[in-house]
Amino acid sequence: MQTYLFYGITIIALLVSVYKDKEKTKKALKKSWKSLENILPQLFTMIAIISILLAIVNTDLISKVIGQESGIFGVILSAVIGSVTMIPPFVAFPTASMLLDAGAGYMQIGAFVSTLTMVGIVTIPVEIKYFGKKLTLYRNVLAFLFSFAVAFIIQGVVG
Amino acid sequence: MKRYRYVMIVSVVMLGILILNRTLGVSALSNAGFQLKQMFFVIPPIFLLLGLLDIWVPRSTMIRYMGEGSGIKGMLLAFFIGSAAAGPLYGAFPVAAVFMKKGVKFLNVLIFLGAWSSTKIPMFLFELESLGTKFAITRLFVDIPGIILMSYLLTKVISGKEVEEIYNNSEQLE
Repeated sequence: MQTYLFYGITIIALLVSVYKDKEKTKKALKKSWKSLENILPQLFTMIAIISILLAIVNTDLISKVIGQESGIFGVILSAVIGSVTMIPPFVAFPTASMLLDAGAGYMQIGAFVSTLTMVGIVTIPVEIKYFGKKLTLYRNVLAFLFSFAVAFIIQGVVG
Repeated sequence: MKRYRYVMIVSVVMLGILILNRTLGVSALSNAGFQLKQMFFVIPPIFLLLGLLDIWVPRSTMIRYMGEGSGIKGMLLAFFIGSAAAGPLYGAFPVAAVFMKKGVKFLNVLIFLGAWSSTKIPMFLFELESLGTKFAITRLFVDIPGIILMSYLLTKVISGKEVEEIYNNSEQLE
């Protein structure tokens, strides 16, 4: 739904641009395409890898790992699963909610949701291309560690 | 074509899996279809807006609002743009590259990335609905200071010279 809104804004912006200056619009479109083409190979590779990964790490496996009695080990595993997977929110949140109903702990779900959004192992090659190795590594490690703080606080408030 | 060699390698791996373990292969393929569909649906507006931003918004304007000396206003703006975005995190990287090219301050680039990753408004609304008010609000209230803190930390551990290299790299990326 948000994406449709985005399409609307983009179309209006494009129309205004064409109306104001056709040449500039052409340049902008060229720029858009070049930026996309620039990372397209990485995106395709990333999608292939994540597709294989998600075929192995499915909801069944996740729910086994993330159970309430899984403790701190479960929190760590949840954080790792969240880091290596890439699931859009409209799939991830209902899944997380299902896992909670199935007996998963809040701490584990907190860690999973947090690393899922902040840490991206499969997107690392794309990130390095833009930000270099050091910043990419530091950002992901920091976000991974931060997710444990998120997990503990969520457990404290909600659990 | 050389740039696409990894794509070919992973495609061969995918084919291998399909031959060795049909169920796993089919599931991987259907995942790939889903991810590709998502990518081609979500990504075009991001790149179109990025192109328009690059051509129409002058560097001086970007510096004024989000560059050195933009202070709290720049941080808020970075937070807001990141939160209003749609799409997966990899969509934020090329936008961040244009920001850097336009002279947006490093701290604000990092805050923008952090916001895009975890405080996106539609994501938050969806989280409210599926995981409950307490869960979503707690996470949001931990994430906001967390993002600022992590961004500050990153500006401290990455040296000025390294930041400069990243900025130069972003100009060559187009």
